[in-house]
Amino acid sequence: MAPRTIARVTSRALPVLAASALLAGCGSSSGGKTVALVAYSTPQAAYAALIPAFQATAAGKGISFTQSYGASGDQSRAVLAGQPANVVNFSLTSDMTKLVSPGIVSPSWDAGPTHGFVTNSVVVFIVRKGNPKHITNWDDLVQPGVKVITPNPLSSGSARWNIMAAYGAQLHEGKTPSQADAYLAALLKNTVAQPTSARDALQTFLSGEGDVLLDYESEAIPDEKKGDAISYVIPASTILIQNPIAVVTRGGTNPNAQAFVNYLLSPAGQTIWAQQGYRPVIPSLVNPKVFPTPADLFTIASLGGWTAVTKEFFGTPNGVVTKIEQGQGVSAG
Amino acid sequence: MLGRGALALYLSVLVLLPLAALAAHSLDGGLSAFWQSVTTPEGIAALEFTLVVSVIVVIVNVVFGTLIAWVLVRDDFPGRGVVNSLIDLPFALPTIVVSVVLLALYGKGSPVGIDIALTRSAVGVALLFVTLPFVVRSVQPVLIELDRSMEEAAASLGASPATIVRRVVLPSLAPAIISGAALSFARALGEFGSVLLFAGALPFKTEVSSIYVYNQIENDNLSGAAAVSVVLLAIALLVLAALNVLSRNRSRHVL
Repeated sequence: MAPRTIARVTSRALPVLAASALLAGCGSSSGGKTVALVAYSTPQAAYAALIPAFQATAAGKGISFTQSYGASGDQSRAVLAGQPANVVNFSLTSDMTKLVSPGIVSPSWDAGPTHGFVTNSVVVFIVRKGNPKHITNWDDLVQPGVKVITPNPLSSGSARWNIMAAYGAQLHEGKTPSQADAYLAALLKNTVAQPTSARDALQTFLSGEGDVLLDYESEAIPDEKKGDAISYVIPASTILIQNPIAVVTRGGTNPNAQAFVNYLLSPAGQTIWAQQGYRPVIPSLVNPKVFPTPADLFTIASLGGWTAVTKEFFGTPNGVVTKIEQGQGVSAG
Repeated sequence: MLGRGALALYLSVLVLLPLAALAAHSLDGGLSAFWQSVTTPEGIAALEFTLVVSVIVVIVNVVFGTLIAWVLVRDDFPGRGVVNSLIDLPFALPTIVVSVVLLALYGKGSPVGIDIALTRSAVGVALLFVTLPFVVRSVQPVLIELDRSMEEAAASLGASPATIVRRVVLPSLAPAIISGAALSFARALGEFGSVLLFAGALPFKTEVSSIYVYNQIENDNLSGAAAVSVVLLAIALLVLAALNVLSRNRSRHVL
Protein backbone atom coordinates (compact mmCIF):
# COMPACT_ATOMS: atom_id res chain seq x y z
CA MET A 1 0.00 0.00 0.00
CA ALA A 2 1.30 3.45 -0.86
CA PRO A 3 1.82 5.80 2.10
CA ARG A 4 -0.76 8.10 0.59
CA THR A 5 -3.46 5.51 0.91
CA ILE A 6 -2.54 4.93 4.53
CA ALA A 7 -2.81 8.64 5.26
CA ARG A 8 -6.20 8.78 3.63
CA VAL A 9 -7.53 5.85 5.61
CA THR A 10 -6.15 7.26 8.84
CA SER A 11 -7.84 10.56 8.32
CA ARG A 12 -11.21 8.88 7.88
CA ALA A 13 -11.36 6.38 10.70
CA LEU A 14 -9.92 6.30 14.16
CA PRO A 15 -6.29 5.19 14.02
CA VAL A 16 -7.09 1.91 15.69
CA LEU A 17 -9.68 1.03 13.07
CA ALA A 18 -7.31 1.94 10.29
CA ALA A 19 -4.58 -0.15 11.87
CA SER A 20 -6.79 -3.20 12.11
CA ALA A 21 -7.90 -2.74 8.53
CA LEU A 22 -4.29 -2.50 7.40
CA LEU A 23 -3.38 -5.64 9.29
CA ALA A 24 -6.32 -7.42 7.75
CA GLY A 25 -5.28 -5.97 4.39
CA CYS A 26 -2.29 -8.28 4.35
CA GLY A 27 -4.65 -11.13 3.47
CA SER A 28 -5.88 -12.12 0.04
CA SER A 29 -8.15 -10.01 -2.12
CA SER A 30 -10.70 -10.87 -4.78
CA GLY A 31 -10.22 -13.46 -7.49
CA GLY A 32 -9.10 -17.03 -7.37
CA LYS A 33 -10.37 -19.95 -5.40
CA THR A 34 -10.50 -18.22 -2.03
CA VAL A 35 -13.63 -16.41 -0.91
CA ALA A 36 -13.35 -13.85 1.88
CA LEU A 37 -16.53 -13.84 3.96
CA VAL A 38 -17.13 -10.91 6.30
CA ALA A 39 -20.23 -11.34 8.44
CA TYR A 40 -21.90 -10.21 11.66
CA SER A 41 -21.34 -12.41 14.67
CA THR A 42 -24.46 -14.50 15.16
CA PRO A 43 -24.43 -16.69 12.00
CA GLN A 44 -20.94 -18.02 12.71
CA ALA A 45 -22.30 -21.39 13.82
CA ALA A 46 -24.55 -21.56 10.76
CA TYR A 47 -21.65 -20.86 8.40
CA ALA A 48 -19.71 -23.66 10.06
CA ALA A 49 -22.39 -25.97 8.62
CA LEU A 50 -23.05 -24.07 5.38
CA ILE A 51 -19.48 -23.77 4.09
CA PRO A 52 -18.64 -27.50 4.15
CA ALA A 53 -22.04 -28.21 2.57
CA PHE A 54 -21.25 -25.75 -0.22
CA GLN A 55 -17.78 -27.21 -0.71
CA ALA A 56 -19.41 -30.61 -1.18
CA THR A 57 -21.39 -29.34 -4.19
CA ALA A 58 -20.03 -29.17 -7.75
CA ALA A 59 -19.96 -25.36 -7.67
CA GLY A 60 -18.10 -25.25 -4.37
CA LYS A 61 -15.48 -27.86 -5.10
CA GLY A 62 -11.96 -26.71 -4.26
CA ILE A 63 -13.04 -23.31 -2.99
CA SER A 64 -11.56 -22.21 0.29
CA PHE A 65 -12.77 -19.51 2.65
CA THR A 66 -11.40 -16.86 4.93
CA GLN A 67 -13.99 -15.89 7.53
CA SER A 68 -14.33 -12.85 9.72
CA TYR A 69 -17.11 -12.35 12.28
CA GLY A 70 -17.85 -9.39 14.51
CA ALA A 71 -20.40 -6.76 15.41
CA SER A 72 -22.36 -5.82 12.29
CA GLY A 73 -21.38 -2.15 12.40
CA ASP A 74 -17.71 -2.98 13.05
CA GLN A 75 -17.60 -5.33 10.10
CA SER A 76 -19.20 -2.78 7.80
CA ARG A 77 -16.71 -0.12 8.91
CA ALA A 78 -13.78 -2.52 8.47
CA VAL A 79 -14.79 -3.31 4.89
CA LEU A 80 -15.25 0.40 4.27
CA ALA A 81 -11.72 1.01 5.59
CA GLY A 82 -10.23 -1.57 3.23
CA GLN A 83 -10.63 -5.06 4.71
CA PRO A 84 -10.73 -7.48 1.75
CA ALA A 85 -14.14 -9.09 1.34
CA ASN A 86 -15.91 -11.00 -1.40
CA VAL A 87 -19.16 -11.67 0.43
CA VAL A 88 -20.64 -9.46 3.13
CA ASN A 89 -23.50 -10.46 5.43
CA PHE A 90 -24.79 -7.96 7.96
CA SER A 91 -27.48 -7.75 10.60
CA LEU A 92 -28.85 -4.43 9.43
CA THR A 93 -29.56 -3.17 5.93
CA SER A 94 -28.05 0.19 6.89
CA ASP A 95 -24.66 -1.49 7.27
CA MET A 96 -25.01 -2.68 3.66
CA THR A 97 -26.24 0.59 2.16
CA LYS A 98 -23.18 2.32 3.68
CA LEU A 99 -21.08 0.30 1.23
CA VAL A 100 -23.06 1.22 -1.88
CA SER A 101 -21.96 4.81 -2.52
CA PRO A 102 -18.21 4.09 -2.13
CA GLY A 103 -18.67 1.44 -4.85
CA ILE A 104 -17.94 -1.59 -2.67
CA VAL A 105 -21.35 -3.16 -3.22
CA SER A 106 -23.51 -2.81 -6.32
CA PRO A 107 -26.46 -0.39 -6.06
CA SER A 108 -28.65 -3.25 -7.28
CA TRP A 109 -27.56 -5.59 -4.46
CA ASP A 110 -31.19 -5.87 -3.32
CA ALA A 111 -32.67 -6.50 -6.78
CA GLY A 112 -32.92 -10.30 -6.41
CA PRO A 113 -36.07 -12.27 -5.63
CA THR A 114 -35.33 -12.11 -1.87
CA HIS A 115 -34.53 -8.37 -2.03
CA GLY A 116 -30.98 -9.00 -0.88
CA PHE A 117 -31.96 -10.87 2.29
CA VAL A 118 -30.46 -14.26 3.03
CA THR A 119 -32.20 -15.03 6.34
CA ASN A 120 -35.20 -13.95 8.34
CA SER A 121 -35.91 -14.16 12.03
CA VAL A 122 -38.11 -12.47 14.61
CA VAL A 123 -37.45 -10.68 17.90
CA VAL A 124 -38.42 -12.97 20.80
CA PHE A 125 -38.35 -12.94 24.60
CA ILE A 126 -35.90 -15.45 26.05
CA VAL A 127 -37.04 -16.32 29.59
CA ARG A 128 -36.10 -18.80 32.31
CA LYS A 129 -37.33 -22.33 31.70
CA GLY A 130 -41.06 -22.57 32.45
CA ASN A 131 -41.38 -18.76 32.24
CA PRO A 132 -41.72 -18.23 36.04
CA LYS A 133 -42.50 -14.52 35.63
CA HIS A 134 -45.22 -15.19 33.04
CA ILE A 135 -43.76 -12.84 30.47
CA THR A 136 -45.86 -13.08 27.32
CA ASN A 137 -46.29 -9.60 25.88
CA TRP A 138 -44.56 -6.25 25.60
CA ASP A 139 -46.48 -4.73 28.52
CA ASP A 140 -45.06 -7.39 30.82
CA LEU A 141 -41.56 -6.07 30.18
CA VAL A 142 -42.23 -2.66 31.70
CA GLN A 143 -43.83 -3.94 34.91
CA PRO A 144 -41.98 -2.92 38.07
CA GLY A 145 -39.43 -5.48 39.15
CA VAL A 146 -39.04 -7.18 35.78
CA LYS A 147 -35.35 -7.28 34.93
CA VAL A 148 -34.74 -6.92 31.21
CA ILE A 149 -31.47 -7.53 29.38
CA THR A 150 -30.84 -6.19 25.90
CA PRO A 151 -27.58 -5.24 24.26
CA ASN A 152 -26.92 -1.51 24.12
CA PRO A 153 -29.04 -0.13 21.26
CA LEU A 154 -26.37 2.38 20.33
CA SER A 155 -23.72 -0.27 19.79
CA SER A 156 -25.54 -3.44 18.78
CA GLY A 157 -27.45 -4.18 15.60
CA SER A 158 -29.38 -6.84 17.44
CA ALA A 159 -30.55 -4.34 20.04
CA ARG A 160 -31.82 -2.05 17.30
CA TRP A 161 -34.08 -4.83 16.08
CA ASN A 162 -35.28 -5.26 19.69
CA ILE A 163 -36.03 -1.58 20.09
CA MET A 164 -37.85 -1.28 16.77
CA ALA A 165 -39.86 -4.42 17.57
CA ALA A 166 -40.94 -2.81 20.84
CA TYR A 167 -41.72 0.49 19.16
CA GLY A 168 -43.66 -1.05 16.27
CA ALA A 169 -45.64 -3.26 18.64
CA GLN A 170 -46.75 -0.17 20.57
CA LEU A 171 -47.92 1.55 17.39
CA HIS A 172 -49.79 -1.59 16.38
CA GLU A 173 -51.50 -1.61 19.78
CA GLY A 174 -52.88 1.82 18.88
CA LYS A 175 -50.44 4.00 20.83
CA THR A 176 -49.28 7.32 19.42
CA PRO A 177 -45.61 7.74 18.42
CA SER A 178 -44.90 9.77 21.56
CA GLN A 179 -46.57 7.12 23.75
CA ALA A 180 -44.39 4.55 21.98
CA ASP A 181 -41.32 6.68 22.72
CA ALA A 182 -42.35 6.75 26.38
CA TYR A 183 -42.65 2.96 26.27
CA LEU A 184 -39.07 2.72 25.02
CA ALA A 185 -37.92 4.88 27.93
CA ALA A 186 -39.79 2.64 30.40
CA LEU A 187 -38.35 -0.48 28.75
CA LEU A 188 -34.76 0.79 28.93
CA LYS A 189 -35.38 1.85 32.53
CA ASN A 190 -36.14 -1.78 33.37
CA THR A 191 -32.84 -3.03 31.93
CA VAL A 192 -30.29 -4.33 34.41
CA ALA A 193 -27.50 -4.73 31.86
CA GLN A 194 -26.80 -3.40 28.41
CA PRO A 195 -23.82 -5.38 27.12
CA THR A 196 -22.28 -4.22 23.87
CA SER A 197 -23.31 -7.21 21.73
CA ALA A 198 -26.00 -9.88 21.44
CA ARG A 199 -23.46 -12.56 22.34
CA ASP A 200 -22.45 -10.77 25.53
CA ALA A 201 -26.10 -10.23 26.44
CA LEU A 202 -26.83 -13.94 26.00
CA GLN A 203 -23.79 -14.81 28.11
CA THR A 204 -25.01 -12.49 30.87
CA PHE A 205 -28.53 -13.96 30.76
CA LEU A 206 -27.24 -17.55 30.80
CA SER A 207 -25.18 -16.75 33.88
CA GLY A 208 -28.50 -16.25 35.70
CA GLU A 209 -28.94 -12.48 35.51
CA GLY A 210 -32.25 -10.92 34.50
CA ASP A 211 -35.77 -12.24 33.88
CA VAL A 212 -36.02 -11.71 30.15
CA LEU A 213 -33.57 -11.27 27.31
CA LEU A 214 -34.60 -9.65 24.06
CA ASP A 215 -32.96 -11.57 21.24
CA TYR A 216 -33.24 -13.13 17.81
CA GLU A 217 -35.31 -16.29 17.50
CA SER A 218 -32.33 -17.69 15.58
CA GLU A 219 -30.26 -17.45 18.78
CA ALA A 220 -33.02 -18.79 21.02
CA ILE A 221 -33.63 -21.97 19.01
CA PRO A 222 -30.07 -23.38 19.12
CA ASP A 223 -29.72 -22.39 22.78
CA GLU A 224 -32.88 -24.16 23.79
CA LYS A 225 -31.72 -27.20 21.80
CA LYS A 226 -28.32 -27.09 23.48
CA GLY A 227 -30.09 -27.70 26.79
CA ASP A 228 -29.66 -24.30 28.41
CA ALA A 229 -32.39 -23.74 31.03
CA ILE A 230 -34.34 -21.29 28.92
CA SER A 231 -37.57 -21.04 26.96
CA TYR A 232 -38.58 -18.41 24.50
CA VAL A 233 -41.82 -16.60 23.82
CA ILE A 234 -42.73 -15.17 20.43
CA PRO A 235 -44.78 -12.08 21.21
CA ALA A 236 -47.99 -11.72 19.22
CA SER A 237 -46.72 -8.46 17.81
CA THR A 238 -43.10 -8.44 16.68
CA ILE A 239 -40.75 -7.42 13.91
CA LEU A 240 -39.50 -9.52 11.00
CA ILE A 241 -35.71 -9.44 11.15
CA GLN A 242 -34.21 -9.47 7.65
CA ASN A 243 -30.46 -9.90 7.25
CA PRO A 244 -28.84 -8.68 4.02
CA ILE A 245 -26.09 -10.39 2.03
CA ALA A 246 -24.19 -9.19 -1.04
CA VAL A 247 -21.29 -10.01 -3.28
CA VAL A 248 -18.60 -7.34 -3.11
CA THR A 249 -17.93 -5.67 -6.46
CA ARG A 250 -14.90 -3.61 -5.38
CA GLY A 251 -11.83 -4.86 -7.26
CA GLY A 252 -13.96 -7.11 -9.46
CA THR A 253 -16.57 -9.68 -8.54
CA ASN A 254 -15.23 -13.08 -7.56
CA PRO A 255 -17.38 -15.62 -9.48
CA ASN A 256 -16.92 -18.12 -6.66
CA ALA A 257 -18.37 -15.61 -4.23
CA GLN A 258 -21.45 -15.32 -6.44
CA ALA A 259 -21.68 -19.12 -6.54
CA PHE A 260 -21.54 -19.22 -2.75
CA VAL A 261 -24.29 -16.63 -2.35
CA ASN A 262 -26.39 -18.48 -4.92
CA TYR A 263 -25.97 -21.62 -2.82
CA LEU A 264 -26.93 -19.81 0.40
CA LEU A 265 -30.14 -18.68 -1.30
CA SER A 266 -30.89 -22.07 -2.88
CA PRO A 267 -33.37 -24.51 -1.31
CA ALA A 268 -30.42 -26.66 -0.14
CA GLY A 269 -28.72 -23.71 1.55
CA GLN A 270 -31.96 -22.39 3.02
CA THR A 271 -32.72 -25.81 4.51
CA ILE A 272 -29.44 -25.66 6.41
CA TRP A 273 -30.17 -22.12 7.58
CA ALA A 274 -33.51 -23.42 8.90
CA GLN A 275 -31.77 -26.23 10.78
CA GLN A 276 -29.60 -23.57 12.41
CA GLY A 277 -32.66 -21.63 13.63
CA TYR A 278 -33.08 -19.05 10.87
CA ARG A 279 -36.36 -18.54 9.04
CA PRO A 280 -35.81 -19.34 5.34
CA VAL A 281 -36.40 -16.51 2.85
CA ILE A 282 -38.11 -19.02 0.55
CA PRO A 283 -41.68 -19.04 1.93
CA SER A 284 -42.41 -22.65 0.96
CA LEU A 285 -39.52 -23.85 3.15
CA VAL A 286 -40.81 -22.20 6.34
CA ASN A 287 -42.06 -24.98 8.61
CA PRO A 288 -44.88 -23.41 10.67
CA LYS A 289 -44.32 -25.90 13.50
CA VAL A 290 -40.79 -24.61 14.08
CA PHE A 291 -41.43 -21.08 12.87
CA PRO A 292 -45.01 -20.09 13.71
CA THR A 293 -46.03 -16.80 12.13
CA PRO A 294 -46.87 -14.26 14.85
CA ALA A 295 -50.38 -12.78 14.68
CA ASP A 296 -49.01 -9.33 13.97
CA LEU A 297 -45.69 -9.47 12.14
CA PHE A 298 -44.39 -6.19 10.74
CA THR A 299 -41.27 -5.18 8.84
CA ILE A 300 -38.77 -2.38 9.33
CA ALA A 301 -39.96 -0.99 6.00
CA SER A 302 -43.37 -0.36 7.60
CA LEU A 303 -41.59 1.86 10.15
CA GLY A 304 -39.79 3.82 7.44
CA GLY A 305 -36.80 1.57 6.66
CA TRP A 306 -33.42 1.45 8.38
CA THR A 307 -32.02 4.62 6.84
CA ALA A 308 -34.82 6.80 8.25
CA VAL A 309 -35.12 4.81 11.47
CA THR A 310 -31.38 4.99 12.19
CA LYS A 311 -31.45 8.75 11.94
CA GLU A 312 -34.68 9.25 13.88
CA PHE A 313 -33.99 6.80 16.71
CA PHE A 314 -30.26 6.23 16.96
CA GLY A 315 -28.74 9.40 15.51
CA THR A 316 -26.27 11.52 17.47
CA PRO A 317 -27.18 13.68 19.30
CA ASN A 318 -30.93 13.88 18.66
CA GLY A 319 -32.14 10.31 18.11
CA VAL A 320 -35.05 9.28 20.33
CA VAL A 321 -33.15 6.34 21.82
CA THR A 322 -29.86 8.25 21.93
CA LYS A 323 -31.58 10.85 24.09
CA ILE A 324 -33.18 8.27 26.36
CA GLU A 325 -29.83 6.53 26.82
CA GLN A 326 -28.00 9.75 27.49
CA GLY A 327 -30.45 10.70 30.18
CA GLN A 328 -32.12 13.49 28.28
CA GLY A 329 -35.53 11.88 28.41
CA VAL A 330 -38.23 11.66 25.79
CA SER A 331 -38.89 14.83 23.87
CA ALA A 332 -42.48 16.00 24.02
CA GLY A 333 -44.56 15.49 20.90
CA MET B 1 22.76 11.28 19.78
CA LEU B 2 21.77 8.22 17.78
CA GLY B 3 20.06 6.79 20.83
CA ARG B 4 18.04 9.94 21.33
CA GLY B 5 16.99 10.02 17.66
CA ALA B 6 15.92 6.40 17.79
CA LEU B 7 13.96 7.07 20.95
CA ALA B 8 12.21 10.06 19.39
CA LEU B 9 11.28 8.06 16.30
CA TYR B 10 10.10 5.09 18.31
CA LEU B 11 7.96 7.16 20.65
CA SER B 12 6.57 9.22 17.77
CA VAL B 13 5.45 6.21 15.78
CA LEU B 14 4.07 4.33 18.75
CA VAL B 15 2.64 7.01 20.99
CA LEU B 16 2.77 10.59 19.75
CA LEU B 17 1.33 10.12 16.27
CA PRO B 18 -1.66 8.04 17.36
CA LEU B 19 -2.40 10.47 20.19
CA ALA B 20 -2.09 13.46 17.86
CA ALA B 21 -4.41 11.77 15.35
CA LEU B 22 -6.87 11.12 18.17
CA ALA B 23 -6.74 14.72 19.32
CA ALA B 24 -7.19 15.99 15.77
CA HIS B 25 -10.15 13.66 15.30
CA SER B 26 -11.84 14.86 18.44
CA LEU B 27 -12.17 18.27 16.83
CA ASP B 28 -13.63 16.99 13.55
CA GLY B 29 -17.00 18.51 14.34
CA GLY B 30 -15.58 21.73 15.78
CA LEU B 31 -15.28 22.91 19.38
CA SER B 32 -19.00 22.99 20.08
CA ALA B 33 -19.43 19.39 18.92
CA PHE B 34 -16.47 18.43 21.11
CA TRP B 35 -18.11 20.11 24.08
CA GLN B 36 -21.47 18.53 23.35
CA SER B 37 -19.86 15.07 23.13
CA VAL B 38 -18.11 15.32 26.47
CA THR B 39 -20.99 16.89 28.39
CA THR B 40 -23.85 14.46 27.76
CA PRO B 41 -25.31 13.36 31.11
CA GLU B 42 -24.49 9.75 30.25
CA GLY B 43 -20.89 10.58 29.37
CA ILE B 44 -20.42 12.64 32.54
CA ALA B 45 -21.96 9.93 34.71
CA ALA B 46 -19.62 7.37 33.13
CA LEU B 47 -16.60 9.60 33.64
CA GLU B 48 -17.44 10.39 37.28
CA PHE B 49 -17.99 6.74 38.06
CA THR B 50 -14.77 5.76 36.28
CA LEU B 51 -12.75 8.29 38.26
CA VAL B 52 -14.26 7.41 41.63
CA VAL B 53 -13.89 3.67 41.16
CA SER B 54 -10.33 4.10 39.85
CA VAL B 55 -9.33 6.12 42.91
CA ILE B 56 -10.82 3.50 45.24
CA VAL B 57 -9.03 0.76 43.33
CA VAL B 58 -5.74 2.65 43.60
CA ILE B 59 -6.13 3.06 47.37
CA VAL B 60 -6.87 -0.63 47.88
CA ASN B 61 -3.98 -1.50 45.60
CA VAL B 62 -1.57 0.69 47.55
CA VAL B 63 -2.49 -0.98 50.84
CA PHE B 64 -2.71 -4.58 49.70
CA GLY B 65 -0.04 -4.35 47.00
CA THR B 66 2.49 -3.11 49.53
CA LEU B 67 1.42 -5.77 52.02
CA ILE B 68 1.74 -8.52 49.44
CA ALA B 69 5.18 -7.28 48.39
CA TRP B 70 6.25 -7.15 52.04
CA VAL B 71 5.12 -10.70 52.74
CA LEU B 72 6.70 -12.01 49.54
CA VAL B 73 10.06 -10.39 50.30
CA ARG B 74 10.32 -10.61 54.08
CA ASP B 75 8.43 -13.79 54.92
CA ASP B 76 9.68 -17.20 54.08
CA PHE B 77 6.85 -19.67 53.75
CA PRO B 78 6.28 -22.83 51.74
CA GLY B 79 4.84 -22.01 48.32
CA ARG B 80 6.25 -18.51 48.23
CA GLY B 81 7.59 -19.04 44.72
CA VAL B 82 4.17 -20.18 43.54
CA VAL B 83 2.40 -17.16 45.04
CA ASN B 84 5.05 -14.94 43.54
CA SER B 85 4.42 -16.24 40.05
CA LEU B 86 0.62 -16.02 40.55
CA ILE B 87 0.87 -12.23 40.90
CA ASP B 88 1.52 -11.69 37.20
CA LEU B 89 -1.23 -13.96 35.93
CA PRO B 90 -3.86 -11.21 35.72
CA PHE B 91 -1.67 -9.67 33.00
CA ALA B 92 -1.63 -12.83 30.95
CA LEU B 93 -5.37 -13.49 30.99
CA PRO B 94 -7.43 -11.89 28.21
CA THR B 95 -9.63 -9.40 30.03
CA ILE B 96 -12.88 -10.65 28.53
CA VAL B 97 -12.06 -14.04 30.07
CA VAL B 98 -11.66 -12.30 33.42
CA SER B 99 -15.19 -10.97 32.98
CA VAL B 100 -16.65 -14.38 32.14
CA VAL B 101 -14.87 -16.06 35.05
CA LEU B 102 -15.89 -13.38 37.55
CA LEU B 103 -19.48 -13.53 36.31
CA ALA B 104 -19.62 -17.29 36.82
CA LEU B 105 -17.94 -17.09 40.22
CA TYR B 106 -19.47 -13.99 41.79
CA GLY B 107 -22.81 -13.78 39.96
CA LYS B 108 -26.19 -15.50 40.36
CA GLY B 109 -25.61 -19.15 41.24
CA SER B 110 -22.22 -18.31 42.66
CA PRO B 111 -20.59 -21.48 44.07
CA VAL B 112 -19.22 -19.39 46.96
CA GLY B 113 -22.44 -17.53 47.72
CA ILE B 114 -21.28 -14.08 46.63
CA ASP B 115 -23.45 -12.26 44.09
CA ILE B 116 -22.19 -8.86 43.05
CA ALA B 117 -22.63 -9.16 39.28
CA LEU B 118 -24.14 -6.13 37.53
CA THR B 119 -23.35 -3.87 40.48
CA ARG B 120 -20.83 -1.09 40.87
CA SER B 121 -18.82 -3.30 43.21
CA ALA B 122 -18.36 -5.64 40.27
CA VAL B 123 -16.50 -2.92 38.41
CA GLY B 124 -14.22 -2.40 41.43
CA VAL B 125 -13.48 -6.11 41.81
CA ALA B 126 -12.74 -6.54 38.10
CA LEU B 127 -10.40 -3.54 38.15
CA LEU B 128 -8.66 -4.79 41.29
CA PHE B 129 -8.06 -8.09 39.55
CA VAL B 130 -6.44 -6.63 36.45
CA THR B 131 -4.38 -4.00 38.32
CA LEU B 132 -3.07 -6.28 41.08
CA PRO B 133 0.51 -6.65 39.80
CA PHE B 134 1.36 -2.94 39.46
CA VAL B 135 2.03 -1.93 43.07
CA VAL B 136 3.38 -5.36 44.05
CA ARG B 137 5.89 -5.39 41.22
CA SER B 138 7.03 -1.80 41.77
CA VAL B 139 7.55 -2.22 45.50
CA GLN B 140 9.12 -5.67 45.51
CA PRO B 141 12.55 -4.86 44.00
CA VAL B 142 12.94 -1.77 46.20
CA LEU B 143 12.11 -3.80 49.26
CA ILE B 144 14.65 -6.46 48.27
CA GLU B 145 17.37 -3.80 47.91
CA LEU B 146 16.36 -2.02 51.12
CA ASP B 147 19.25 -1.92 53.57
CA ARG B 148 18.04 -3.72 56.68
CA SER B 149 20.78 -2.20 58.82
CA MET B 150 18.73 1.03 58.90
CA GLU B 151 15.84 -0.82 60.47
CA GLU B 152 18.20 -2.54 62.88
CA ALA B 153 19.71 0.79 63.85
CA ALA B 154 16.25 2.22 64.48
CA ALA B 155 15.35 -0.81 66.60
CA SER B 156 18.56 -0.54 68.62
CA LEU B 157 17.67 3.08 69.30
CA GLY B 158 14.39 1.92 70.80
CA ALA B 159 11.92 2.52 67.96
CA SER B 160 8.85 0.30 67.99
CA PRO B 161 8.12 -1.88 64.93
CA ALA B 162 5.26 0.45 63.97
CA THR B 163 7.55 3.45 64.13
CA ILE B 164 10.19 1.67 62.07
CA VAL B 165 7.66 0.91 59.34
CA ARG B 166 6.28 4.43 59.40
CA ARG B 167 9.54 6.39 59.66
CA VAL B 168 12.11 4.14 57.98
CA VAL B 169 10.53 1.60 55.62
CA LEU B 170 7.58 3.45 54.12
CA PRO B 171 9.52 6.61 53.20
CA SER B 172 11.98 4.48 51.22
CA LEU B 173 9.15 2.65 49.52
CA ALA B 174 7.07 5.73 48.78
CA PRO B 175 8.41 6.45 45.26
CA ALA B 176 7.83 2.83 44.26
CA ILE B 177 4.35 2.79 45.79
CA ILE B 178 3.45 6.01 44.01
CA SER B 179 4.67 4.79 40.65
CA GLY B 180 2.73 1.55 41.09
CA ALA B 181 -0.34 3.57 42.05
CA ALA B 182 0.04 5.74 38.95
CA LEU B 183 0.23 2.69 36.69
CA SER B 184 -2.85 1.09 38.24
CA PHE B 185 -4.79 4.33 37.99
CA ALA B 186 -3.96 4.71 34.31
CA ARG B 187 -4.86 1.11 33.62
CA ALA B 188 -8.13 1.37 35.56
CA LEU B 189 -9.19 4.45 33.58
CA GLY B 190 -8.93 2.65 30.27
CA GLU B 191 -10.03 -0.85 31.26
CA PHE B 192 -12.77 -2.34 29.10
CA GLY B 193 -12.98 -6.11 28.75
CA SER B 194 -12.95 -7.21 32.38
CA VAL B 195 -15.82 -4.93 33.44
CA LEU B 196 -17.94 -5.49 30.35
CA LEU B 197 -19.86 -8.67 31.13
CA PHE B 198 -19.41 -8.79 34.88
CA ALA B 199 -20.84 -5.31 35.51
CA GLY B 200 -23.37 -5.17 32.69
CA ALA B 201 -22.43 -1.79 31.18
CA LEU B 202 -25.70 -0.17 32.24
CA PRO B 203 -25.70 3.58 31.51
CA PHE B 204 -25.72 5.73 34.66
CA LYS B 205 -24.89 2.72 36.80
CA THR B 206 -22.09 0.42 35.73
CA GLU B 207 -21.04 1.98 32.45
CA VAL B 208 -17.42 3.14 32.56
CA SER B 209 -15.96 5.66 30.15
CA SER B 210 -14.22 3.12 27.93
CA ILE B 211 -17.54 1.35 27.31
CA TYR B 212 -19.26 4.67 26.68
CA VAL B 213 -16.56 5.42 24.10
CA TYR B 214 -17.04 2.01 22.51
CA ASN B 215 -20.79 2.61 22.22
CA GLN B 216 -20.13 5.95 20.54
CA ILE B 217 -17.81 4.29 18.00
CA GLU B 218 -20.39 1.61 17.30
CA ASN B 219 -22.96 4.33 16.76
CA ASP B 220 -20.73 5.94 14.11
CA ASN B 221 -19.98 8.90 16.37
CA LEU B 222 -16.22 8.66 15.89
CA SER B 223 -15.44 12.26 16.74
CA GLY B 224 -17.53 12.03 19.92
CA ALA B 225 -15.62 8.88 20.90
CA ALA B 226 -12.33 10.65 20.22
CA ALA B 227 -13.45 13.66 22.26
CA VAL B 228 -14.26 11.58 25.34
CA SER B 229 -10.97 9.69 24.92
CA VAL B 230 -9.07 12.96 24.83
CA VAL B 231 -10.67 13.98 28.12
CA LEU B 232 -9.70 10.62 29.65
CA LEU B 233 -6.15 11.03 28.36
CA ALA B 234 -5.91 14.54 29.75
CA ILE B 235 -7.01 13.34 33.18
CA ALA B 236 -4.55 10.44 33.06
CA LEU B 237 -1.77 12.80 32.00
CA LEU B 238 -2.53 15.23 34.84
CA VAL B 239 -2.64 12.50 37.46
CA LEU B 240 0.52 10.83 36.18
CA ALA B 241 2.37 14.15 36.13
CA ALA B 242 1.19 15.02 39.65
CA LEU B 243 2.24 11.63 40.99
CA ASN B 244 5.57 11.97 39.22
CA VAL B 245 6.25 15.28 40.97
CA LEU B 246 5.12 13.81 44.28
CA SER B 247 7.35 10.80 43.82
CA ARG B 248 10.37 12.98 42.96
CA ASN B 249 9.84 15.12 46.03
CA ARG B 250 9.60 12.03 48.19
CA SER B 251 12.85 10.57 46.91
CA ARG B 252 14.68 13.87 47.43
CA HIS B 253 13.32 14.01 50.97
CA VAL B 254 14.45 10.49 51.77
CA LEU B 255 17.91 10.57 50.23
